[in-house]
Amino acid sequence: MTPAIELVGIDKSFGAVHANRGVDLAVLPGSIHGIVGENGAGKSTLMSILYGFYEADAGEIRIGGKPVAIRSPADAIAHGIGMVHQHFMLVETLTVLENVILGAEGGTLLKAGAAKARAELTRLSDAYGLAIDPDALVSDLSVGLQQRVEILKALYRGADILILDEPTAVLTPPEADALFALLAQLKAQGRTVIFITHKLREIMAVTDRVSVMRRGEMVATLPTAETSPPALAELMVGRRVLLRVEKSPREPGEPVLEAIGIAVTDAKGVERLMDISLTVRAGEIVGIAGVAGNGQSELLEVLAGVIQPSHGAIRIAGELIPPHRRNPARLRELGLLHVPEDRLRMGLVPSFPAFESAALGFTGDPAFARPAPFGALFDRAAMVDHTRRLMDGFDVRPPDPWLRSSKFSGGNQQKLVLAREIERGPKVLLVGQPTRGVDIGAIEFIHRRLIALRDAGVGILLVSVELDEIMGLSDRILAMCGGRITGERRAEGTDAQDLGLLMGGVSEVAA
Amino acid sequence: MDLQALAVILDSALRLSVPLLCACLAGLWSEKSGVVDIGLEGKMLIAAFAAAAGAHASGSALIGLAAGIGASVAFSLVHGFAAISQRGNQIVSGVAINMLAAGLSAIVGNAWYGQGGRTPSLEGDARFGDIALPGADAFAAVPVVGPLFREVVSGHALPAYLAFLAVPLTWFVLARTRFGLRLRAVGEKPAAVDTAGISVPLLRYAAVIICGVLCGIGGAYLAVAQAAAFLPNMTAGKGFIALAALIFAKWRAWPALGACLLFGLLDAGAIRLQGVSLPLIGPVPVQAIQALPYVLTVILLAGFIGRAVPPAASGVPYVKER
Repeated sequence: MTPAIELVGIDKSFGAVHANRGVDLAVLPGSIHGIVGENGAGKSTLMSILYGFYEADAGEIRIGGKPVAIRSPADAIAHGIGMVHQHFMLVETLTVLENVILGAEGGTLLKAGAAKARAELTRLSDAYGLAIDPDALVSDLSVGLQQRVEILKALYRGADILILDEPTAVLTPPEADALFALLAQLKAQGRTVIFITHKLREIMAVTDRVSVMRRGEMVATLPTAETSPPALAELMVGRRVLLRVEKSPREPGEPVLEAIGIAVTDAKGVERLMDISLTVRAGEIVGIAGVAGNGQSELLEVLAGVIQPSHGAIRIAGELIPPHRRNPARLRELGLLHVPEDRLRMGLVPSFPAFESAALGFTGDPAFARPAPFGALFDRAAMVDHTRRLMDGFDVRPPDPWLRSSKFSGGNQQKLVLAREIERGPKVLLVGQPTRGVDIGAIEFIHRRLIALRDAGVGILLVSVELDEIMGLSDRILAMCGGRITGERRAEGTDAQDLGLLMGGVSEVAA
Repeated sequence: MDLQALAVILDSALRLSVPLLCACLAGLWSEKSGVVDIGLEGKMLIAAFAAAAGAHASGSALIGLAAGIGASVAFSLVHGFAAISQRGNQIVSGVAINMLAAGLSAIVGNAWYGQGGRTPSLEGDARFGDIALPGADAFAAVPVVGPLFREVVSGHALPAYLAFLAVPLTWFVLARTRFGLRLRAVGEKPAAVDTAGISVPLLRYAAVIICGVLCGIGGAYLAVAQAAAFLPNMTAGKGFIALAALIFAKWRAWPALGACLLFGLLDAGAIRLQGVSLPLIGPVPVQAIQALPYVLTVILLAGFIGRAVPPAASGVPYVKER
């Protein structure tokens, strides 16, 4: 069978970074083709080349067996290629209809084209069960619905080949299932789907064939039925990896962190958290499961003292924290440390050298100051030494304290932040998205360190949108939806479906 | 106040608001596309100079207008090149435009005419005359409306009518046409426009050129219609007040007209109030009155307009993410 799409010897460099090295890929028509690989393996670059967003330095693209020149997204669209980007390409201030017709307006004046598009949109919505209000502002839509607009945009342009880049990152499990059903429907119509993800479970569930990328190279293409998650993981990383975290049972100790009736209202007056009560005990990992944007970020920030609650109280090791002491510096002194969700925004300063980032939050440490009378000055040698020790302990590569923080890979940045916090001996550790944008090798390492920390008696509150991670690490799991806790489960007594319902807002009481 | 006095103030308000309106709409086009332009002032100034020089040399106000537009568009393209092609800092580029225009117009003016930067006075066809709208005299007998129509609406120069015509045109093009939709999109999220297969630079250059044309009309109005010569720094901060009006209008065409008329009215009021003795206060110093529009600008911007959200990508050069 002639491949629907064939990429031959695609090569692309960005400065010193060789993102794609002689990549070959053949995608069969009417199939769902998965592409897996770690962050930075070159998946998104490859797809951006196919979509004309970047131009390859070398190589050829063939569609239906014929070589084609794709120099811009307009060329790709003309060849029937549609793409749903990981970060949606939607204009939030425009309506659904305006977003759909943008670039395909059908005339100088909008009126006629818009009427036609409205009819076509209704037809597509009915045919695929993608109900949507064409006149709604995109900014008012949920993330799941925004993705629906992206898909409709591609279908409206008559895409025969649909590329989806990490489409499930923002979806609840039921929403993801609905997306998979849609992909199956598109496939049944003979359309071709390219599905990029780093979740092996999804690859196994929906794809016909799977290609694995590693460090810019295509290392394998296999029929999905003939492979397994461990085999794929090994191909991605280049060595054997443990997907399951080894964890021994442990009886938790005294409560180290208690939140009582916490509520948070943001600057716009929207209630972000409502009546949140939870307890984290010594030697236990409590996981917060939820789709991004349901209050987990606010919960972490309020517990870390970054934002203030409008109601509620916080206890650390049984001691009530008065409002004036609820700030990150004071809480740190009490042993509550925080690995923020977004390391590039709150965890480190990208333009600082590693040793400065590694001192953030602890710049008052006497060990970093010069001897009197120059105590106001930093002892940079001490800071560099300290960073070198952190880097050794957490296998941060390259172990260069002078390298800019932004030059490290995501996994190594994360290890540096974790090292900084963990080495201070926390009683309670708040951890947000510890493995977002982190390669598998580093994920394994980070998971082992967190388990070790728990075994050493630290209470850990873990927030993650990766359900597998929550289920693998936690002793207890709280599900959040719409700023509330919708349920609590013991880790061994639950599964993804059960949690998925709680994350979707089906609360205990209603059930 | 009698009708005649009211008509005089309104007429003067309208005249004073024309350059503001041109600059405000110019800024609207530029910022809607994602290019912040604080060089409106400089573009109007250079346009005023080029228009005066062109009109003087040719003896035709229309050629003066064309020269003004040409100079302003040229400056726009410099700003566009820095902001769009070179992805430079748009504020720095705008400031440079302002300084270049102020210096260039004065120096070249002095070199050419030797009148301390002034251009020679324009007379006859070298100046835009007032256009009497059809019916202005016929309806003059209608009470209230008739005189107001004749005194206020009718009897302005060509660039003024162009400026007011630009309001509905701007609204229509932005709201109802393909180009307008793309332009609104590119100022909010250029990546969405790019992935839809449309060129981001072309759209932004188009917007910047329209911005130049409008500034050109405003500048020509100043030198060839309102005054009869170019004077150094004759824009006197109007390009900046226009930016304030743009925020006040929340980047919308009709409210921009309202904001500019309000500023024009304040200006007219200030002129009228000079030398008038107010009850309880006594004679008000001229400077205090002249400062009024600026004081109002500060007050309005400080919080009387509610949330004014600029286009999300304005001021941000578009770089494909890596």
